[in-house]
Amino acid sequence: MADLGVHLRILGSRVRSQLAYPVSFGLDALGQAIAQANELAVILVVFAQVESLGGFTRDEVLLIYGFAGISFGLADLAVGQLDELPRWIRTGELDVLLARPLGLLPQLMTSDLQLRRLGRAAVGAVVLVVVLVQGEVEPTPLNALLILGTPLIGATITSAIWVVTCSVSFWVIEGREIANAFTYGSQLTTSYPITVFGPWLRGLLCFAVPSAFVAYFPALALLDRPDPLGLPHALRYASPLVAVAAVLAAALVWRTAVRHYQGAGS
Amino acid sequence: MLRPYLHLVRAGFRRHSVYLAASLAGLFTNTVFGFLRVSVLLAVVEQTGSAAGYDAADTGTFVWLGQGLLAVVMIWPDRELAQRVRSGDVAIDLGRPWNLQAATLAQDLGRAGHAMLIRFAPPVLFGALVLPFRWPQSPWTVLVFALSTVLAVVISFAARFLLDLAAFWLLDNRGVVTVYAAATGVLCGLTVPIAYFPEPLRIALYATPFPAMLQTPIDVFGERGATAALLAHQVLWAALLLAAGQVVLARATRKLVVQGG
Repeated sequence: MADLGVHLRILGSRVRSQLAYPVSFGLDALGQAIAQANELAVILVVFAQVESLGGFTRDEVLLIYGFAGISFGLADLAVGQLDELPRWIRTGELDVLLARPLGLLPQLMTSDLQLRRLGRAAVGAVVLVVVLVQGEVEPTPLNALLILGTPLIGATITSAIWVVTCSVSFWVIEGREIANAFTYGSQLTTSYPITVFGPWLRGLLCFAVPSAFVAYFPALALLDRPDPLGLPHALRYASPLVAVAAVLAAALVWRTAVRHYQGAGS
Repeated sequence: MLRPYLHLVRAGFRRHSVYLAASLAGLFTNTVFGFLRVSVLLAVVEQTGSAAGYDAADTGTFVWLGQGLLAVVMIWPDRELAQRVRSGDVAIDLGRPWNLQAATLAQDLGRAGHAMLIRFAPPVLFGALVLPFRWPQSPWTVLVFALSTVLAVVISFAARFLLDLAAFWLLDNRGVVTVYAAATGVLCGLTVPIAYFPEPLRIALYATPFPAMLQTPIDVFGERGATAALLAHQVLWAALLLAAGQVVLARATRKLVVQGG
């Protein structure tokens, strides 16, 4: 627990250093927001062509997109620094971190807290609020709990996916691009109803990479509509359990990967 | 006169062939995104048979050409020159007996040539095998497509060169590049065909160089629209952006002399 104080102090200094250059910070956050709004533009433009996508209306897809956006933004904030792992390995900086009496993953996570990444979460939050104001969702206590809990649980699942895919860097030299396929790819897949994707891709999203539990299943619960695929009713409330399982799996993969690490030899 | 630039083209090609693992990793990512992207667009086409004039084969062709071309055209800037501006190394580049813009363009064309072999050909062949795909009807189209792709590389390069030059004034152009990189995916027609956009937005987009960087070569390959008009739009933007680059470079050079004195 004493470690926690150290990490919090490090994080505080990271935050202060970013706010020292407000223009640069503002542009960076704007860039993140535009990147997130790309997919929003795609959804809106697509719905100019069709009435429904994968059996869902525009507002229903936007609800899923909103949850996915906040989840991805928060996950990026928490573990996005792992994208730098290949560089840390190449330069030998990782060896320095390993020598310290602190956990490697917490050190990497707190190595940088890039607040600009909140730009993504902000776009997701705005879309979510707009959809909720439209009255798509019944205002019940359970739904309120779902609305507040889904982004946090979604961020946890997304972070777990991130940690697992970044572990690839310990084995593959150019792991970053490969990891991007899964991290940014999962961002794309969580933003749409899984009915959009073909059967094998859908199976992958439900059971291998648990993207469907980030936004799709919770959204089904909120919209109180049957699953077009006829999947078990309980799945829509299963996200917290899936999050726990994902975190345990990520911890296992990460530990194995670090143990496998031999040093870059530089 | 031209010889040093031809050498630079070759150097650009060879430099990138060294990083084969990075190219293959990028290829993997592009292919995964191609699958996800095409799933969404095919779900649209499935309902109506065609959307904005794109049937299933057109959609497959659009997505796979886009995924292949994005590395060739390099729509996301790498800030290499900007970092040389920041460190001051650019003073050496400016002192050499060449035109900095022409020299960097030559290297970028070499890079694009390498990307054409490694990053473009495999995903397009793969996409053509496993998904609905539309090959050009006329053999001439392939030639015009090659020309249009070269123009797209030149336009994208000229825009990136201007972004890099911004570092002369901003010192750190990262913020500008972040915004550019974030916006360019939708604006140049990578994520969704520009034909999907409502009419006024589409017209507004063609008043910018973005569609000429990606959507135009794809349209030429797909034989949609008047080829001559598409190429004229590209030539116009290539000329405008290259000229702007020369003007800004001249001013930046003077600024550097003032600072370095």
